[in-house]
Amino acid sequence: MWAYIIKRLLSLIPVLFIVSIVIFSIIHITPGDPTSFMLGEEATETELAAARTQLGLDLPIYEQYLNWVKKAATGNLGQSYHMNMSVNEAIMSHIGPTLSLAILAEIVALCIAIPLGIIAAVRRGTATDQTVMGISLLGMAIPSFLLALFLVLLIGVKLQWLPVAGYRPLESGLWNHVKYLIMPAISLGTIQAALIARMTRSSMLEVLNTNYIKMARAKGVVEKRVIFNHALQNAFLPILTVIGITFGGLVTGAVVTETIFNIPGIGSLIINSVSKRDYTVIQGVVLFVTFSYVMINLLIDILYGVIDPRVRLEEN
Amino acid sequence: MEVKESTLALSKARKKLKKEQQELLKKRFFSNYSLMIGLVILSILVLLSVVGPFLIGYSPYEMTVNNRLQAPGANHLLGTDNFGRDLLSRIIHGSRSSLGVGVSIALITSVVGLTIGLYSSYYKRLDNILMRICDGLMAIPGILLAIALMAALGPKVENVIIALSIVFTPSVARIVRSAAIVVREQTFIEAMKSQGASSSRIIWLHIAPNVLSPLIVQATFIFADSIIIEAALSFLGAGIPAPAPSWGNILYDGKLVIFNAWWMTVFPGVMIILAVIGLNSLGDGLRDIMDPHYKKIKRKRTRKSEKERAV
Repeated sequence: MWAYIIKRLLSLIPVLFIVSIVIFSIIHITPGDPTSFMLGEEATETELAAARTQLGLDLPIYEQYLNWVKKAATGNLGQSYHMNMSVNEAIMSHIGPTLSLAILAEIVALCIAIPLGIIAAVRRGTATDQTVMGISLLGMAIPSFLLALFLVLLIGVKLQWLPVAGYRPLESGLWNHVKYLIMPAISLGTIQAALIARMTRSSMLEVLNTNYIKMARAKGVVEKRVIFNHALQNAFLPILTVIGITFGGLVTGAVVTETIFNIPGIGSLIINSVSKRDYTVIQGVVLFVTFSYVMINLLIDILYGVIDPRVRLEEN
Repeated sequence: MEVKESTLALSKARKKLKKEQQELLKKRFFSNYSLMIGLVILSILVLLSVVGPFLIGYSPYEMTVNNRLQAPGANHLLGTDNFGRDLLSRIIHGSRSSLGVGVSIALITSVVGLTIGLYSSYYKRLDNILMRICDGLMAIPGILLAIALMAALGPKVENVIIALSIVFTPSVARIVRSAAIVVREQTFIEAMKSQGASSSRIIWLHIAPNVLSPLIVQATFIFADSIIIEAALSFLGAGIPAPAPSWGNILYDGKLVIFNAWWMTVFPGVMIILAVIGLNSLGDGLRDIMDPHYKKIKRKRTRKSEKERAV
C-alpha cells in the first residue's frame, strides 16, 4: 500500500515541474514587460528600471524562475501589481464563494444524476432508459455558460423567481446565501449530472449482471433491497471517482459562470486580473487551481487503491 | 487457355467482392444515424457561413442608432443588437469566424499532435520527455491555461488559435502515441526494419496511415471543444476582439442587454449548441465506422472530457 502511495506521489514531481515552467513562461512571452503596465505610459526609464530591480525582473531568467519556484514551494505566490495585497490574500478572499458554488452544484448534480442513473439501469432498454440517456447526451453538448444564460433569461428575467446576479455571504443568512447561488449551481450541476448519470447507469448495469445479484434474487430478496443494498453499494466506487473528478472540474468551470452571475470567486479574480494585466495574480491563481486539481485527483487515485486492492495490483 | 479462363473468373470474383464491399460500406455509412445527423447539421452550418454573407443585405458592422434593439421582425429577421446592427448578419458572419477558428485549431493540433505522437512512439528517450510535457500541460485546466495565454498574448484571432492549439495538442499527441505503439509492435514493421528501411520511412509511410482514424475522430471532438472555449473566451472579453462578429462576442453584447433583448442570447446560443451537437455526433459516427476498437478510446475520452466539460 505504501509503495503504491509513494509511487503516485513521485509521479507528481515531473508533472508539477512542467506545470511550473509553463506557468512561469506565460509571463515572459508577453510583448513588453509588466513594469510598463504597472506604472503607466508616463513612467520614466529610471522609474521602470527601479521597478524592474524591485521585482527581480533584471535577473537572468533561470534565477527568476528559481526564485519564483522557491517562493511558490513555501506557499508564497508573490505580490499583486494592482491590488494592495499579496496573491495569497487575494485567493483566500475569493475562494469562499467558489467553494460554496462548487458544493451546491455538486449537490444539484447528485440529486439529479444518481436517481436517474439507477432508474435507467433498472429499466434498461425501455423508453425511460432511452429518454434519460437522450437527455444526458444533450446535456453534454450544452456548454454550462450557455445554460446559465438561458436560465437567467427564463427564471431571472421572464419569471423573476430568483435574483439575476449577485452574491450574499453566508453570514447574511443561509437562504439569502443559497438564493443567489441556485441558478449558477443548477447551470453547473446539470452539465455534470449528465456525466454522473451515465456513469451510475453503466456501473449499476455491470453489478446487476453479476452472479451474486442473481443469487440474491433467487433466494427471494425483495427487489428494492437487491437494488439499494446489494447493487448500489458495490456500484458506488466508480461513481465516487466521477464525483471527485467533476468536483475538480466544477471549481475551474465556475470561471465563466461566476462572471455571468457576478459572484466574487476565483473565476472573477482571474478575469479581473486579465483585464488589468495583473500577471502575478494570473500566475498564482492558475498555479493554485492546478495544484489543488492535481491533488484532488491524486487523493481519488489513492482512495481508490485503498478501497479496491485490484487497482493497486494492476499498477505493479 | 484454361489458365486464362480461371484468372478471368478470379478477377470477376474479385470485382464482385469489391462491389459487395463497397455496397456494405455505403450501407454502413447511411445507416449510421449519428454520422448522418452530424453531416447534415454541419453542412448546413458550413453552407450558411460560406454563402450566407452574400444573401443578406445588411453588413455586420453597420450601426443605425434608430434601429437599436429591435425585436425579430420582417425587416430584421432575428432583430438588431444594442448598436442597431442586424443580428442575422452578425450571426452568419460570426459562424465564419467561429467555424474558421475551430477548423484551424483542429488542423494545427492534428498536424503537431501527429508528429509528436509518432516520434515519441518510436524513440523511447524522446517519449519520456515529450509525454512528461504533455502530462504537465494536461494537468492545467484547459480554460485557465487558455485565459492565461490570452492574457499574455493579447486578444487577437491568431492568438486564440495559438492558445487553444497549445491547450489541445497534448491530448492528440497522447491518442496518436497510444495507437502508434500498437502498430510499432506489428510484424510488418519488424520486416521493414530488417530490410533496412529508414526510421522516417517507417514512421511516415507505415505507422502514420494506421493511426489516422483515431486522429480524425479526435480532431472532430477538438473542433467542437474549441468552438465552446473560443465562445467562452470571447464571452469573457479575452477572445476575438470586439467589433468583429463571433458567436461569443454576440453573447457578450447580449449579456449587457439581457433584460431587454432575449434574441441576442438565444440565437447565438442555439448556433453554438447546434455546432457542438453536429460535430459530436459526426465524431461518434466516424468512430463507429472507422475504428473497431472504439469502445476503449471512448472510455478514455470521456474520462478526459469530464474534467473539461465544466466550461
